[in-house]
Amino acid sequence: MEELRKRLLGAEERLNYLIQVKDNREWGNLSGLEEKCRRFKDGFYEIDREELATGIRNLEDAISFLEERCEENLTPMERVRIVRSPLRFTLKDILENVYDDYTELGGEEDANIDPSMMVAKANIVRQVKKRTITQQVMVIGHEKGHGEEYRNGGCSKPWGNEKAMRYMLVAQTEGIPIHYYIFTPGAYPVEDYPGAAQQIARNLYVMAKLRVPMISVISEGGSGGAEAVGMADFRLMFSHGYYSVISPEGAAAIEGKVRAGGQAPRELIEQVAGNLKITAEDNLRFGTIDRIIREPLLGGKRDDFPFFRKIKAEVVRATDEVVLKTKSLRAFRAYELSIDKAEEGAAEPQIDISWELNPDEVERLIQLRSRKYRAMASWAFEGGRKSAYSSFCSGVRHHLARAYYSVRYDILRSQQKMAQQVIKDVSGEGSVFIRRMAAPITSAYDFISRKHDQRPARISQAGGPFACGEAEDLRDGYVSPLANEDRTVTCPNADRHGCKDLWVPDLYGEFCGVCENCGHHFPLEYEWYLRNIFDRDSIREFNADIASANPLEYRGLDGKLKAAREKTGRKSGIITFDARVFGIDIVVAMLYSDFRNGTVGAAEGEKFVRACDQAQLKRRPLLAYVHTTAGIRIHEGTLGVIQMPKCTMAVREYIDSGGLYLVVYDNNSYAGPVASFLGCSPYQFAIRSSRIGFAGVGVIRETTGQDIAPDYHSARNALRRGHIQGIWDRREFRRNLYQALMTMGGRNLYYR
Amino acid sequence: MSDDAIDFEEIFAQYRSDPYDYVDVHSIHTGRIRFMVKEGDEVEGVTGQWRHIPGTPLYVLTRERNPKTVHSPTNGTISFVRQDLEGMFTEAGEKIITIRHPLKKREIIDRILRQVLTPFNAPERAKYYFSPEIQSRIDKYGQREVMVNPGDEIMTMSLMKRDTPVFYTGEPGIIHSVYFRPGVTVEQGEPLLGLCSREKLPFIEKIITRVKAEWD
Repeated sequence: MEELRKRLLGAEERLNYLIQVKDNREWGNLSGLEEKCRRFKDGFYEIDREELATGIRNLEDAISFLEERCEENLTPMERVRIVRSPLRFTLKDILENVYDDYTELGGEEDANIDPSMMVAKANIVRQVKKRTITQQVMVIGHEKGHGEEYRNGGCSKPWGNEKAMRYMLVAQTEGIPIHYYIFTPGAYPVEDYPGAAQQIARNLYVMAKLRVPMISVISEGGSGGAEAVGMADFRLMFSHGYYSVISPEGAAAIEGKVRAGGQAPRELIEQVAGNLKITAEDNLRFGTIDRIIREPLLGGKRDDFPFFRKIKAEVVRATDEVVLKTKSLRAFRAYELSIDKAEEGAAEPQIDISWELNPDEVERLIQLRSRKYRAMASWAFEGGRKSAYSSFCSGVRHHLARAYYSVRYDILRSQQKMAQQVIKDVSGEGSVFIRRMAAPITSAYDFISRKHDQRPARISQAGGPFACGEAEDLRDGYVSPLANEDRTVTCPNADRHGCKDLWVPDLYGEFCGVCENCGHHFPLEYEWYLRNIFDRDSIREFNADIASANPLEYRGLDGKLKAAREKTGRKSGIITFDARVFGIDIVVAMLYSDFRNGTVGAAEGEKFVRACDQAQLKRRPLLAYVHTTAGIRIHEGTLGVIQMPKCTMAVREYIDSGGLYLVVYDNNSYAGPVASFLGCSPYQFAIRSSRIGFAGVGVIRETTGQDIAPDYHSARNALRRGHIQGIWDRREFRRNLYQALMTMGGRNLYYR
Repeated sequence: MSDDAIDFEEIFAQYRSDPYDYVDVHSIHTGRIRFMVKEGDEVEGVTGQWRHIPGTPLYVLTRERNPKTVHSPTNGTISFVRQDLEGMFTEAGEKIITIRHPLKKREIIDRILRQVLTPFNAPERAKYYFSPEIQSRIDKYGQREVMVNPGDEIMTMSLMKRDTPVFYTGEPGIIHSVYFRPGVTVEQGEPLLGLCSREKLPFIEKIITRVKAEWD
């Protein structure tokens, strides 16, 4: 009887799970089976034992049949429900079953800086030819917990991501591989220091050049939160997991223009989940992941022990692969053969590979990582590809330019610097020697000839274009077409500061869109900046032919892109160009609002990466001016998300090579770009009245359940939290930019 | 003001018969007006944790092709609308709407206190702080135990980055109510403090207790 009872309870659990996955009792007569199950439970001791045993067996068979049918036609949204099920395995289950022993770092359970982010030093043991090999790894990942509220559902707070970064650096010091496990619906969107976006950006910046092998495994990959611990050398994904730019519910709310507090219709959510291409197969096809770990029927659960053995084999194999790629080619071939043998037994590879890397191998590892991320989504945009002939020509041009700039900056500049240094030292020594020798004579002369009321002349403070009193008048430059209307507007701060109505021709003409009383900045079109910030006729746009496309074939996006192209006459949401500011050559990447609200997709990411390369090649400072960005373009799914690590990698390489990278935010800057290639800049500034943040008001309210102050994302608050270094007046942008280039870049403006 | 001079029952009866405040809304500047409310409409005032949700829109005033929506400053019922001005040009400062605002218990106490206490008004539009001596006595003994006499340095007025001492000039009394917040600008003539003689304090306490007990 006891065995029958257990089987009945097991059948009930499977049935409930199936109902939860389908979210529909009518499918496959699940309600009928549920009723049957209830009847067996209620009359367990009354029903004849034979009859009960037959009934339970039939019930189990029916459930098995339905599970197989469900598995065959799993929709993306059903996968989302599997991932969110409380029965699904979590990171703690993996730590207990995949690794031999572990110690949690940076807190335990709820006594933790952020219980949703778990860090553990673990040992992984494998048998190779009757030898036991123990290897240490750092395990970092999200812990959703089984019904533990304090885990926050795996939504890591900024300080949780900071903890992850701290232990990434510990792993680097110790030279041990890192295994990341991603179980997050997204990052917790609070701006408190270190800030959701800024911390993710810092994590990406660190991971770009981390000197140890990294493996990530995705179960629930929710956009930026996933990327915070996802930029690995090898990316695995569970077959029933999802990896997405936004939750299907969030995307449906945007698509359906659902107002705050409302809910998108179920059909729309299902449709959007399909459009976003969030499944493991989709991601493998797009190249955003490297391999899929097959899960048991309807996803792995806490007690699927064979499945944990499989996870162990896969992560060990992935780590081996990453390590072997940095070693000789012959070793890799030998390894390939052993994989084939190993796959038959579904066990970890029977091969002893040390996970320690020598300095040369570390360099190769970083190179491979760079190549991997730079190649991602390179097929997902239009244009920018050349025919064989023009490719050859541009290759030659590129190499010539490289040689020219290497000679100019690396050889001549360093020689010149050395010579200057020697001359400086010699003249310094000489002047001290002469002064000492001549001191008695000069003091006697001074005593005789000095006029007593004479004061030493004041030392000139600064050079540059402002020293000779050059005051540029912005009124002489470009005037916004907004100024052509004969009407007044009200300053939003009129109630607080008593600002008078502003006559539009004055406001957008003489006042440059700034309230004369309180200094509020009204938005201006990006052309105003193009014309008023940089030296006249100095702008040379490049890569203008790279165009945004619709790689996911998202329904309705083609029309929207067409409309944006017609509106702007441009092909993507970013403009990259060479320009000059008071004679200083710089490279600029400008995200602007008119093209799909400055969202970043594959084309924008590629253009940004090429701008970094251009700045690196020409040894020029790089300015990222963000007129507006609403985040990653959700219609490009994970191909958009992947721009975060891709662009951050380019920025890191540019900065490491000696470049000066400045970011200036204007109007609205949110989400993915801020949480990656913008937020990682050491020098970030904002134009007054701009807003900077990770998530908008609605998302914060929905995620945290709290209202936020109206000025939560204001530049002033960003400054207070330490996210930015200063707030600039639009009318002083050009001067401040020059000043920033001079102070941050110093004498060696282009290169350290 | 002596106890006899205050007809407490009359004040009380006045609030009981008409427990409303009549808030007049004036046109903020010239322009063509279009009303968004009519008599009898219920309106809400400014709400939200940060007082960031504006009240019910009352009217739209268009000047120089700039339509400006004016919101209700308080909650209540519209008791008067200058409907004759609908769609017409109006002068600045014209009374156009009256809102009948139901007084809360706290507001009634506040109003009665303003009638019975001796006010000490702001001499200039400035920021005010208690003088260090008064502040230390308040911290030590509590606000209602601090006696001030004419000639005492009671406040510090912070104006144009200069701090000027302000001396008390009225009748001797204790500080009953404080109407300013340190660091927040107070308009000239607005009451900073409400004072009363020590003997009058039980009488005032009685008023407060009674309002609290009898008002719904």
